[in-house]
Amino acid sequence: MNFAVNDKTVLSAQALVKTFGGIQATQNVNLDIKAGARHALIGPNGAGKTTLINLLTGVLNPTSGRIELLGEDISELSPHLRVKRGLVRTFQINQLFDSLTPLETLSVVVSQQFGEGSVWYKTMGLSNQILERVAQLLEQFRLTDVMNTQTSKMSYGRRRLLEMAIALACQPKVLLLDEPVAGVPTGERDELLATVAALPADVSILLIEHDMDLVFNFANRMTVLVNGAVLTEGTPEQIANDPQVKAVYLGQTQIEGHTHA
Amino acid sequence: MMGEQKNSQLNKIQAPQAQLELMRISLQRGSKIKAQEIIFWVLALTTPLLLPSHAMMISEIAITALFALSLDLVLGYSGIVSLGHAAFFGSGVYSAALFAKYFLIDPTLGLLVCATVAGLLGFICSFTVLRGSDLTRLMVTLGVALIMLELANQMDWLTGGSDGLQGVLMGPVLGQFNFDLQGRTAAWYSLVVALVVFCFVRMLVNSSWGYTLRVIRDNRLRAMAIGVPVSKILISVYTFAACVAGLAGGLLAQTTGFASLDVFGFDRSADLMLMLVIGGVGWLYGGIAGAIIFKILQSELSAVTPQYWMFWIGLLLIVLVSVGREKIKGWFTREYLVSLLTASTNKSGGAR
Repeated sequence: MNFAVNDKTVLSAQALVKTFGGIQATQNVNLDIKAGARHALIGPNGAGKTTLINLLTGVLNPTSGRIELLGEDISELSPHLRVKRGLVRTFQINQLFDSLTPLETLSVVVSQQFGEGSVWYKTMGLSNQILERVAQLLEQFRLTDVMNTQTSKMSYGRRRLLEMAIALACQPKVLLLDEPVAGVPTGERDELLATVAALPADVSILLIEHDMDLVFNFANRMTVLVNGAVLTEGTPEQIANDPQVKAVYLGQTQIEGHTHA
Repeated sequence: MMGEQKNSQLNKIQAPQAQLELMRISLQRGSKIKAQEIIFWVLALTTPLLLPSHAMMISEIAITALFALSLDLVLGYSGIVSLGHAAFFGSGVYSAALFAKYFLIDPTLGLLVCATVAGLLGFICSFTVLRGSDLTRLMVTLGVALIMLELANQMDWLTGGSDGLQGVLMGPVLGQFNFDLQGRTAAWYSLVVALVVFCFVRMLVNSSWGYTLRVIRDNRLRAMAIGVPVSKILISVYTFAACVAGLAGGLLAQTTGFASLDVFGFDRSADLMLMLVIGGVGWLYGGIAGAIIFKILQSELSAVTPQYWMFWIGLLLIVLVSVGREKIKGWFTREYLVSLLTASTNKSGGAR
């Protein structure tokens, strides 16, 4: 796959450290995501991938270190303001609005994007601009036929698609995908993979994934995280042939991957 | 072949427009005014004429419904539990009574004052409910109401303490309508204020802002991750709900000409939550239905068994919860409410 990757760094973590009590969950991590990149972050369970995501998105505050988005320091910014600047994530476990329909959910998200999130004096869904964007998202994530179904009543695969649709509705510049195909049954998996592959090329993506097929198909850059620290970084070929990585990681997950499948 | 191509092109141009229209209809389903609603409010506004002897009761129901609406915004729409909503109600009662006693007897100005006072209190308290679990919120809200109760008890030079604040005289509503002994003006006054606030709240919950409340209730973590300023929204809804509760309290003080410590009581907060459970949370008529059912049951049952009427309320609650909220909601969303009202109308009509 060819993606336009240039040298501009869109998201960068610099000497990031996070300690919980005496445990160093993140140890001096440096990570650069280039514009348009398909960057995969891999590592065995407990390697600190989720902690790193939480640090990047602002759910956790780093003990020390610095995070830059498009050249600006965002280390002190609260989570919702990072979203406004274009740093958006999906969740490993679906985080949806169960009582709303996909149509309502996406309308809320897009309204938020168009600066109408706090408008209280008119009914939601009046603006053509917002509706058009919602229609486009519903189409792109194949949710049009279930747009009026309550989210809690949708199939798991559809809910997974909605999970990603919500993130993309936030108009991300950098998208953090946390195990997008986790737990999706085989029948619905291809649809999801196709949607992931079809994500806009100008959105830079950091993918956290256990599924090695997806990682090697998708990524053009990989970072391996072990025990909270970066073990190595490189192209998929370099990583695949790195004896160090093989030793600590690949053997282990291949077994894991098989048990999952 | 050519025709087909042309057709599909036409479809491509037209389908989105039709699609947008469909989406718009779906999104606005909740905000369309339904016939039952109009019937309900017309009936409600005519009850002081139909049941003049129950005018004070009608006024009290309207006030309680308004109070329940306030809790529904916080509990049903935003998912913040509160066992101390009486704090705002009570502060409305006392500020309206004191304002009338020491400053001006105009009811409309009085309402503005009590909404402002309760709103200020709500704003301050909103910071205590932003963090923590449901349990800590229950305790904190309960604590605030207890503090207010003891403050009112202690400051007897101002509030009359446990004797209550008596002899509150009110001027005519809008300078036109004097409060009569029967309570008809009071009933209409309360009903009209309740209707105006209801319409406003109805607009709020169907707006983007209103949907943001549901989004926060359903999943606060994700709400943050889509860029919702969660704290800001919760502070604003809590403050606004406190204003509404204060309005309800103000109405009570103005229509009864009296303020007593029990307006801060735990019973009042707990009863309110019962009403919401009975009527159903998260839909605007839930609080109203709950208030009507609770108040009518209270008055009917306490006439039959003055000491043990709570037994029947308890039984009703257990039945309601066992049968399941969804099913019960179904009974109330339809004409059930209207038929309930007409039934009680017929009954007393026959008695007369």
